[in-house]
Parts: sequence; structure tokens; C-alpha cells
Amino acid sequence: MATTSAGDTTGKTYHDELAIVREELDKCMKCGNCMAVCPVYGAEKVETSVTRSKIAVAQAVLDGKLELDDPQVYQMMFNCLVCKSCMTACPTKVNFDRIMLAFRAALVRKNGLPWLKKMIFSTLKHPKLFDAGMRIGAAMQPLAFKGEDGGASITPRSPFAKFGAGIGMDGERKMPSLNVKTLRERVPEVVRAAAPKMKVAFFTGDSLNYIYPDAGMDVIEVLTANSIDVHIPKEQNCCGVPVLVHGDVETVRALAKKNIDAFEKTGCDYLITACGSCGGAWQHDYTEILANDPVYATKAAHWATRTYDISTFLTKVITLREPKGKLDKVVTYHDSCHLKKSMKVSAEPREIIKSIPGITLKEMKAPDTCCGSGGSYVLSHYDTSSAIGRKKAEDVTATGADTVSVGCPACMMQLFDNANRYGKNEDVVHFVSLLAESYRREKSA
Amino acid sequence: MLDQKIIEQLEALAGKENVLTSKADMVAYSYDATADMPNQTPDVVVLPTSSEMVQQIVNLARENKISIYPRGAGTNLSGGTIPLKKGIVLSFQKMNQILEIDAANLTARVQPGVVINALNSAVAEHGLIYPPDPGTVATATMGGSAAENSGGLRGLKYGVTKNYIMGMEVVLANGDKVRFGGKTVKNVTAYDFSNLFVGSEGTLGIITELTAKLIPAPKYRRTMMGIFKTIADAGNAVAGIIAAQVIPATLEIMDQMTIKTVEDFAKIGLPTDAKALLLIEVDGNSEDVVVNEAEAVMKVVTENNGDLQAANTDQERDQLWTARRNALPALASLNNTVVLEDATVPRSHITDMLVACEEIGKKYDLTLGTFGHAGDGNLHPTILCDKYDEDEISRVHKAVDEIFKAALNYGGTLSGEHGIGIAKMKYLEDELGKSGTNLMRNIKLSLDPENVLNPGKMVPMQEV
Repeated sequence: MATTSAGDTTGKTYHDELAIVREELDKCMKCGNCMAVCPVYGAEKVETSVTRSKIAVAQAVLDGKLELDDPQVYQMMFNCLVCKSCMTACPTKVNFDRIMLAFRAALVRKNGLPWLKKMIFSTLKHPKLFDAGMRIGAAMQPLAFKGEDGGASITPRSPFAKFGAGIGMDGERKMPSLNVKTLRERVPEVVRAAAPKMKVAFFTGDSLNYIYPDAGMDVIEVLTANSIDVHIPKEQNCCGVPVLVHGDVETVRALAKKNIDAFEKTGCDYLITACGSCGGAWQHDYTEILANDPVYATKAAHWATRTYDISTFLTKVITLREPKGKLDKVVTYHDSCHLKKSMKVSAEPREIIKSIPGITLKEMKAPDTCCGSGGSYVLSHYDTSSAIGRKKAEDVTATGADTVSVGCPACMMQLFDNANRYGKNEDVVHFVSLLAESYRREKSA
Repeated sequence: MLDQKIIEQLEALAGKENVLTSKADMVAYSYDATADMPNQTPDVVVLPTSSEMVQQIVNLARENKISIYPRGAGTNLSGGTIPLKKGIVLSFQKMNQILEIDAANLTARVQPGVVINALNSAVAEHGLIYPPDPGTVATATMGGSAAENSGGLRGLKYGVTKNYIMGMEVVLANGDKVRFGGKTVKNVTAYDFSNLFVGSEGTLGIITELTAKLIPAPKYRRTMMGIFKTIADAGNAVAGIIAAQVIPATLEIMDQMTIKTVEDFAKIGLPTDAKALLLIEVDGNSEDVVVNEAEAVMKVVTENNGDLQAANTDQERDQLWTARRNALPALASLNNTVVLEDATVPRSHITDMLVACEEIGKKYDLTLGTFGHAGDGNLHPTILCDKYDEDEISRVHKAVDEIFKAALNYGGTLSGEHGIGIAKMKYLEDELGKSGTNLMRNIKLSLDPENVLNPGKMVPMQEV
């Protein structure tokens, strides 16, 4: 059977028409291999948490036996970290991410985004945590809406901003702004290297831009130290994954097109990311959501092949300038789900970490199990997220490492929280920051 | 629908959080891993946390004539956990504690919801293993695999689940809790209850605790693959290996259809004109013995015109295993429905059975590939079909009838490792005769006279 459920002859994709995922559902044998790897099932231990049951329920909806907006149905569909672990363990290669996105998009079409948000967050148990998320969102909001005219055609760049609307956190509400300068405010659109050999474009994503600008600066520093000019287009915005996973397909299409336009202007051949979700969006999601777009399908396909995680670029495309500054650290590495399972990047960050003098890399048990973050999952399903995160924190601590490194900002937030709560308060850093630190030490020595 | 009062009583017994009733929850417990089965939603799912709780639930169910279906991970391949007559699904996934690892006595005591691999990880630090290895070791539970008497790839040398269950705690349909067996290697006290309840598919009692036998992990192994131009050569090689007095841990076979499909699927360089492939692994705790056994195997493969490949490193071993690992996924990718059988014949009839399966596939114009455990005669004829094509499905049913007939003609059995469940109940009399099915009914009725435990499975009741 063909497995091209990305689109059909009517020009629609599974994001627009639920029935298109039927073929994907039929691939599931109900063998249950997903039970071995699903972090949500591991924490909750009920069949409804695991992928195959979500597929069974999806089939029941398509067969008219259950309603799409039955509360249990949408709660099941949203009780997923979108970590894609099930997809790596699936013998018949069911693309569960497509099924889940198709359902979430169908829900948004049926009842609207505000309804959906209200439903997902109606059972919030930790308002303080949610509030913190929203404060970040509020801080991003002025930027997110900058450059748009009128209210109707607003395309927010921030997932948090988009989510804020409809639950009392819309643009009307005054929120204290975060007192940080964002990454893109800190740097010019082009950062030149001393003797440039090539140029790349850096897609910062929201998390590096707003929450971890220092890690973003380290990406730029490492690239320029390797004699590469870095273009950081000001017009780029959120990759759209946080919006996509909540079923708001049209917003993601708009974001994707804007991002593609912004990067076409750079004239660069390489697009660098330092976040597995952002990179995954460029490599996979954009080509799928724009599969039938007369103009952007080709452009998305082009950029999909030009997108590299910073670690892959440094180790496979160029010859990495050998780090010589010594860092006296014991480091363990956490495989971000989207970096490993979507971008297939796991050896490269380790290669970089191991190349730094003084660092001992100690692997944790099951480094590629999810940390429990899952974007807004940590907000909407705090207990399960926390149970998954606790296990990860304990695995980190068991290595005796003083530092846990990772390649995805969302994991950094979750690991930071859980290392404090359940671990030994280990340092949490992006692996690129270790490399940048080594270069700096070499310079100051 | 169950009376709301029953639900409330269950909630009082098990706690509200352990009683599921929503429509979506019921759909999630309406199936297992078996294709082409009727799906049925239960009325309620209860997740017990102690054997006392199980006793109370059984008493409540029996008094109200409500059916009970014990369920582990729901990965069986005979429809064994489908709640055919509605009622209560008892899911054991919250009783998942390893109670004791006794390295001195080579035993482990576990709750039924412990996943097989979790037990293996826990005993690994003592240098021990729990050998039964069904394809679902990473998901299946100890309780479920005991109830189904699961087999696996190591059956030839290491046996199956029944050889490793030394004792149990079982809740009976009358609400009694019985314990039998234990840590002693020898035990002839009373009937051999362990062997009665292992493989009883949840029809005689509900397993609430198990004592499992462990063995030292083999330290050395050698892996080889033989590729053959005729099925007869492969069959002769299997016989030759045993005749050379080597008992491999693994002795797997794949037919031409499976080889071709795997090659299309995984592109690993298998010759698609080959008629059969054998994957052979020998292991043990003495390097000399293992090396000698490997040499003997290689000699037999070559003598039978097999094209030999041997792994010298773990990486090479992994490559050889790729073909076998991809057998089911590759076949499954051909269509939307996978009918996976486990008809089993005496080892000496492996060649006959492979030919018979191929001919049956052709006769009914079906896509059929066979792979399986040649060493123990346990084959997996696998039919790939379209569940939306009624005509094809009816041909599948006829082909399956003939596959079982062929297995019985060769002195074999209906099921090597998947169990009877719903899927093979109608063939039971063909193998056991009327007296055999009568014996089953008598045992069933003496332990569960009201037929509340997993009704509609394994035991044909209508002719009482």
C-alpha cells in the first residue's frame, strides 16, 4: 500500500480532511510495541495513554462510533508529548504524528481554537506554573505582533501569545515584561567572521530568542570562530510547531511561508538550527503542510534538504575547529526527542562534547527517553509530565555528572526544573555552549 | 450496560481512580493484537492493586453473573483478552512490582503486571536471565505470558514459559485464593497446578503472583546465516544440525516470499532467488563448546549447499539478525491486515509444511509468507490481506482452515505459542477429539461452573 497520506488529489492534506488519515490508521496492527517506549503510558499505566489506543479511538471516530468532540476523545488526543518515540518503535511505521495532528486540526475546524484551548486548560492544576508560561508569552507579545496592521490578520509569532488569547491572557491584559534583551535584538542581521569562508543563515526559534539568548549567542560565536558569516534575518518568527500541535494549521502555514520568505532573502545555502523542534519543522513539517501549495511546496522541499542542526553542520559539513580550551566537567547528554527522532541527530552532539579537552562524557541510562516537556504538555498535564521528568532527573543524577547537556531549549527548561526538584541541581547547558566556552578559554589562556 | 450500583460497588472496592467507564476508555480495551477478530467493548475496566482486591471483584462479579477478563498488556495473538460477552476487564498493569529476586535459589517472585523485559533488566545485575522471549518481551506481562504459555525464539534450547513458572498465587472463580509451588527445584506435592494454570488463558483462575525460575546468562554466542536454493536443502540442514547433536538457542527459517519482501523493504542484500534462509545462533558458558558447536553448524550448512555467512562481531551479528527482525514488519507493510498463524509440526516435517503453506497461498490467490522457529517446528504462515475486501477475507479463512488441517496431518498442533483464544477454538476438536474437548469442559466447569472467567475463549462450551 502507498503511504502517501500527506496529501490527496483534491489538494488537501490530512491537516484539512480527517478521512485522509484512514490509511495511516489502517497500518496499525495493535501489536502494542508502542507501550514499551511511550513515556505517557510508562507514567500512567493505562491503555488509553498509549498510541495504539489513540489509533483505535481515532478509528472509532472515523467509523462514527465516537464523537470527535467527546471530552474523553480529545483529552486522549492531547495526552501526548509528540515525542515520536512510538514511531521509532513501530514495526509498520505508522506516522502517528500525522494522525494526532489531523485530529487536533479537525477539532479546531469543528469547534474553533478558543473552545479547544479552554478545554485543554480547563483542568489546570498548577496555575502558578501556567502563569509563568503566560508571563513569558506576554513579554513576547509586543514583538510577536510587531509589523502587522489591524487586528484581524494578526499572525502571532509566539505560541504562548497565541495560547494566551481566549483564556484571559490576550493582548488587553497588562503583564510585566521580562527584563531581557532578546537574541535578535542583541545582534545585527549579519554577524561577520574575521576571514569568512562561507555563510549560513541561523533560524533562532522562539526559545533561543526569548528564553535562552545566551545559548543563541554561543551558536553565533561558534560559527564565526569557524570562519563562517551568520545571517540572522529579523523577519523570522516562531517555527510554528507549538501552534501546529494544537491543530491551528492555517497559522502554521502562514508562519512557514513567512519564514521561508525571510530565509530566501539571505541567499544562504545552509539553514542552521539549534533546537530539534525548529529543525524538525523545516525538515519535515513545512513540506507536509505545504505539500499542495503551488508556490511554497517546492521552496519548502528545498529548505528541508538545506536544514542542519548546528552539531551536524559542524561535524559533517565543515571541519570543526578543534576546541583547545580545557573544561573540567563530567557531562551527560540527553537526547531531545525531536532532535533524535525527527532530525535523526544523536551521534554528532556527543562527538562535539567528546572533542572538548577535560570533559568526560558519561552516558545515562536510556538517554533518548523523553524528559516530559512536550511544549505546553508540561502546563496541561503537569502530573504526568512531572513523573516522566523525575525519572529523567534521577537517571541524570545516577551518572554522577555535574552537567547535563542537550540540544533543545524546551528540554533545557524541563531538565532545569527537574534537576532542581528531584536531582542534584546539575548545570543544564546547550552542548554548543560547552564548545563556545572551550573556544573562549583558549582565547583567554 | 451494567447497573450503576455495580459500578459504585467496584469504585468502593478498587478506588474511583482504578475504575474506568468512559466510552473512549471502553474502546481502548476492546481489542488485543489479534487481526480479524470481533472487537467488543467491556462495560467497565478495573485496575486492581492487590490480590485481595481481585478476590472481592471476583465475588461481586460471580454473584451478579458478570463476566471477567483478566488482561496483561493485551499483546496476545489469539483474541484471548477481547471482552466478547461484555462485563469487566481486569487490567493488571498497576500490579507491576518485582517482589523478590533470590539469586541464591535462582528465582524471582513477581506481580502479574511486571513486563518480561523489566524482570530481565532487574536480574541482569545478578548475571541471570529469565529465558522465555516472545516477540513482545518489551511489552508483555509475566501474568499474561504465563496465562498464554508464550514461546519465542529460544524455545528449542531453553523451552517456553511453562518450563519457568515454579509457583503461583491464583484467585479462583469461587473467590478463593490459592498458593502452590515455590522455590524448590523439586515439588511433587498435590497436582501440578502450575502446569494447569500456565496456558489456561484466564479461563480457570486469575494469576495474582508468580515465582519464576532464572538461569545464568550464557556468556558466549556465535551467529550464522545459511542461504539455500531449495527448501529441501534448508530442511535437511535443520535435521543435520540436530543430528550433529547441536541444540542452537535460535534456529529460524524464512521462505522465499519473506526473503523477497524483506529485501524490498530493508535493502540488506539478500539474494531474492533464494528459496529459504536459516538464522542460527549457538550459545553457552564455555567458549570452546560454543566455538565447536558453531563449526559443526557451519559444516552442516555447507554440506547442504547453503551459502554461509558468519558473524565475528556484535555489529555483524546485528546485521544477520536484521533479516529476521524485519520479517514481520516487511510482510505487514504489504497490506492493511496481518493474519499471523502459528501452526506447528514435528521438526522433521518443516520442509513439508513450508511447501504446504506456499501451495495453500497460491490455491486461494493470497499473499502468504512463512517464517518461524524451524528448530522447534513452530512456523508463522503470515497472510497479508485487505480487511475491506470481503471476498479476500473469505479466502483467507479457507486458507487458514487448510493450514491447520495440514499441520494436524503432519502430526503437528494448532498452536505452538499463540494459544487458542477465540481464533482457534473451532479447530480444537480436530486435534483433541470429542473426548478431549469434553475433558476441557469438565475441568472448566469444575473450577468455574458459572463460566464467568474469560468466557468464549479456548473451551467450547455449547455442547455441554
